[in-house]
Amino acid sequence: MRITLNGEDRDVAATTLEQALSELGYTESFVATAVNGCFIPKTQRRDQRLGEGDRIEVVAPMQGG
Amino acid sequence: MLVYDTQLTSRLLLGTSRYPSPAVLTEAVKASGTDVVTVSLRRESSSERSGQGFFSIIRSLGVRVLPNTAGCHSAKEAVTTAHMARELFGTTWIKLEVIGDRATLQPDVFGLVEAARILANEGFQVFPYTTEDLVVADKLLDAGCRVLMPWGAPIGSGQGLNNVPGLRAMRARFPSVPLIVDAGIGVPSHAARAMELGMDGVLINTAVSRAGDPSAMAGAFNYAVKAGRTAYLAEPMMPSDVAIPSTPEAGLAFLA
Repeated sequence: MRITLNGEDRDVAATTLEQALSELGYTESFVATAVNGCFIPKTQRRDQRLGEGDRIEVVAPMQGG
Repeated sequence: MLVYDTQLTSRLLLGTSRYPSPAVLTEAVKASGTDVVTVSLRRESSSERSGQGFFSIIRSLGVRVLPNTAGCHSAKEAVTTAHMARELFGTTWIKLEVIGDRATLQPDVFGLVEAARILANEGFQVFPYTTEDLVVADKLLDAGCRVLMPWGAPIGSGQGLNNVPGLRAMRARFPSVPLIVDAGIGVPSHAARAMELGMDGVLINTAVSRAGDPSAMAGAFNYAVKAGRTAYLAEPMMPSDVAIPSTPEAGLAFLA
């Protein structure tokens, strides 16, 4: 399935957000997630099913003013 | 300074962006004496994990974290960012930025009020980056904000306080609302000036991080904020259009 991860097209076998994060190398990561512009809490990643073309955003703390 | 039931010992808030190195950032935070640093959320690469490294540095500083929604151009983006920040940082504090103009980074005050209302209703403690507009300020307070962060000048410009009468009017209109000048301060005298006007605090980033010696500059801002606050409490004299001799004229010898 083709999804977009942080603006880049990626092919994944995963069908849930949790699986996709693992497949894409985010195991044990300190990140927050959104799918198609909606925040997905950590506790809901397991139930968040992915569809073709979904836009996944994975963010982490960064310098800010 | 009391903000949202939290007592802060320093009236200086410090941004963490644009420092030459993490070591310099650490030194500057210590020299500033701040209790609060601002942070943001950005895309994380699974291979680099730079965010994780950055946050471990912040954690080691033992200061409170104020996440921002910098770069958001709509209420929806800002609200989603706030949700992500609450989960990651474990805080309900959010420095709410909804940017309306790419050149001046002026806040979109309509989106700001909309997002502030949503977030305050959800239990967030919102620090809105706003203008000195009193009508907008009223609406932000009505939306549930208990702190206001008026700009001094455009973000990163270092111009100082572009509208002193506007800030003074804000202080007079909202005597019990903490006002923290956010953005535009370039040198410690700007910060001192803001504090002399009765502002409750200032948020500095670029003026420290882009200084030749950020740590020394952070120390200078620390002094300036304290000096300005002390001066405000000491009730500055009223300016006059004419000269008023400070030495008594009575008893002046006639020497002509």
